[in-house]
Amino acid sequence: MTETKKMNMIQALNSALDVMMTQDEDVLVFGEDVGYFGGVFRVTEGLQAKHGLKRCFDAPLTEGGIIGSAIGMAAYGLKPVPEIQFADYILPAYDQLVSEAARLRYRSNGEFSSPVTVRTPYGGGIFGGQTHSQSPEAIFAHVTGLKTVIPSNPYDAKGLLIASIECDDPVIFLEPKRLYNGPFYGRPDEELKTWANSGLATAEVPVGHYEVPLGRAALVREGSEVTVLAYGTMVHVAAAGIAESGVDAELIDLRSIVPLDIDAITASVRKTGRCVILHEASRFGGFGGELSALVQERCFDYLRAPIERVAGYDMPYPHAFEWDYFPGPIRLAEALLNAVEYR
Amino acid sequence: MTKSNLPRLELHIPEPPSRPDTPITFDHVNRGEAGAVRRPDIAEHESNMRDLPYELIRVLDDDNLAVGPWNPMLAPETLIKGLRAMVLSRAFDDRLFRAHRQGKTSFYMKSTGEEAISAAQSLALDKGDMFFPTYRALAWLHARNYPLTTLCNQIFSNAEDPLAGKQLPILMSARAYDFYSISGNLGVRFVHAVGWAMASAYKNDTKISLAYVGDGTTAEGDFHEAMTFAAAYRAPTILCVTNNQYAISSFAGFAAPERLPFAAKALAYGFPGIKVDGNDFLAVWGATQWAAERARTNNGPTLIEFYTYRAEGHSTSDDPGRYRPKHEAEHWPLGDPVERLRDHLIAIGAWDMDRHAAMEGETKEQVKVAAKEAEAIGTLGQSKPPIEEMFEDVFAEKDWRLKEQLRELKARRAARAETQGGAGA
Repeated sequence: MTETKKMNMIQALNSALDVMMTQDEDVLVFGEDVGYFGGVFRVTEGLQAKHGLKRCFDAPLTEGGIIGSAIGMAAYGLKPVPEIQFADYILPAYDQLVSEAARLRYRSNGEFSSPVTVRTPYGGGIFGGQTHSQSPEAIFAHVTGLKTVIPSNPYDAKGLLIASIECDDPVIFLEPKRLYNGPFYGRPDEELKTWANSGLATAEVPVGHYEVPLGRAALVREGSEVTVLAYGTMVHVAAAGIAESGVDAELIDLRSIVPLDIDAITASVRKTGRCVILHEASRFGGFGGELSALVQERCFDYLRAPIERVAGYDMPYPHAFEWDYFPGPIRLAEALLNAVEYR
Repeated sequence: MTKSNLPRLELHIPEPPSRPDTPITFDHVNRGEAGAVRRPDIAEHESNMRDLPYELIRVLDDDNLAVGPWNPMLAPETLIKGLRAMVLSRAFDDRLFRAHRQGKTSFYMKSTGEEAISAAQSLALDKGDMFFPTYRALAWLHARNYPLTTLCNQIFSNAEDPLAGKQLPILMSARAYDFYSISGNLGVRFVHAVGWAMASAYKNDTKISLAYVGDGTTAEGDFHEAMTFAAAYRAPTILCVTNNQYAISSFAGFAAPERLPFAAKALAYGFPGIKVDGNDFLAVWGATQWAAERARTNNGPTLIEFYTYRAEGHSTSDDPGRYRPKHEAEHWPLGDPVERLRDHLIAIGAWDMDRHAAMEGETKEQVKVAAKEAEAIGTLGQSKPPIEEMFEDVFAEKDWRLKEQLRELKARRAARAETQGGAGA
């Protein structure tokens, strides 16, 4: 019997790091405030005390420096797991990620590689304003050579993080901060649930080592009328929106957008004949555009309605208007009804 | 494998002098002596000023008197004005921090212990000189009598928010007060200050710029880019490192290994750096005046390290007791900036404890009235700017996407108001 424990997402991520640091001394963790303090979201709490100062330490405030040095460590042969405190702060490291981490293997013809796993909290729903709320997955997905992983629950968070660290490619590991302590259904006035009292099986997490493979989507809900594609926080919002609409929708949690589980997407849309894509990032140029194109290319003959996208509006994350911007269950339900009522 | 006769390498990780469970120590702080540091001529070549970063410029001595060449010789009325800005800033911080605990705002950050820096600079510089602040510089606005109710409206993100709900609380923008827009990202505006100063020089204007970064942010590339540009173009700017010893939980030793003064970073770029007691209102003023005169006379940029201490947590999301000794602030060897200016005014016979208590009471009341006014308009979530604002200022003119999205949002609201009497999406 695998021993399991109820964990929230923070504890599950902490456990993944702990398991990997215990198993492999080449795994090390660093970033702003991650050492003694344990990170502003507490994900690295206790790791310095347990594994030592040299395996979990603070970094100067320079995202380019953090990622650049992680790439150098990885090129040497380590498995660094740097943290960028908020995904909104990652842009000074964008050159290191795009021009270096993503291409080191290719340009050296396999002589060097960059197995860095960059953990970073992303997404809104916490009144974080423009610089603590963004969802930048599309700008990473666009870069060949980078993997982009987004868990939606504690079980996947731990298994995917372990798989990311064990993977030989650079991985951007986006943690939906709104889900750290409990699932969120897109209704800010509703009483919040913790993972422990959520009733969700995914809060039951094995204490030891396991992997959730990258590139394999999860079928969250089976349905016949329409396929909903979502990831991160939006998986739970989608579940709420489906219930709200009364539509018999199939919900797919992509879990990683690169690699993308194209087979799961194609099979589902061919079955349902309709597709609604939900993401929190702003709509124009968002990852939904890529998903929509893929579905259209591969399922054209099966489609019975135009593909719908539900997403954030095309503006910087607007602090006071958070819940007007946030694509919630009502907007999803509207899109689901549009899809099934299309003639 | 390393050959056996070579030493094994060791990875060095910096560690602070104190943690919550160890004794408080400030042995590394060299207070120097008030009045002891020379004040070079503003036209002095930088090569003759390379000793300055290693000295601490102070004006107020231990008897609360102003001494030495950096003393700006201010009239008591000016000092009282500065004191008032600092006392007001503290009263404002106190009330608005509590407002966060009461759910009236999403976020707040105090300036406690650092008020002298932006208060003195706000008064020392001219109207039209542009300030590129950090988020711990509201005393600049207080010194220039920015309307407190408007500031509260911004912090409550209510219908009268001067930034129309678009930005986090206290990440202000106040162009009429020479206060540049703050973003949540660190260091980015340091370079803007240099560009702004270059533009002023290009136009043969007389205005200069002033910019802050924290100690931690000197690690960001933006800091070094700003320094490089400032030096190359001899930009009329005053670049400041507000060294408050902490970047959230990380001590300043991460950005300045071996306690090298931040001011010394200027030497490598080829312009002067000075290190100034940031808790000494008069020293801040005197240093700013010197740097401003240099900038205004085409002698180029100055880097000023303001040596200070962040007496409270980083923000409402922080708990400093987890990473530093609880009462460390009380032991900061350079004291409290408000108390030091107060005691100076008392020492010169221009002030007394009764008047000080009255000032504290009066500013507290002023903040209370303003906060109540703003609360009457509404606090976070209870009152909001009109929804159209959400779509404004993305571009100069809305494009089709924004027009469509606004229409969609309004239609949904109207439909829901009809069926369920509620908004939300």
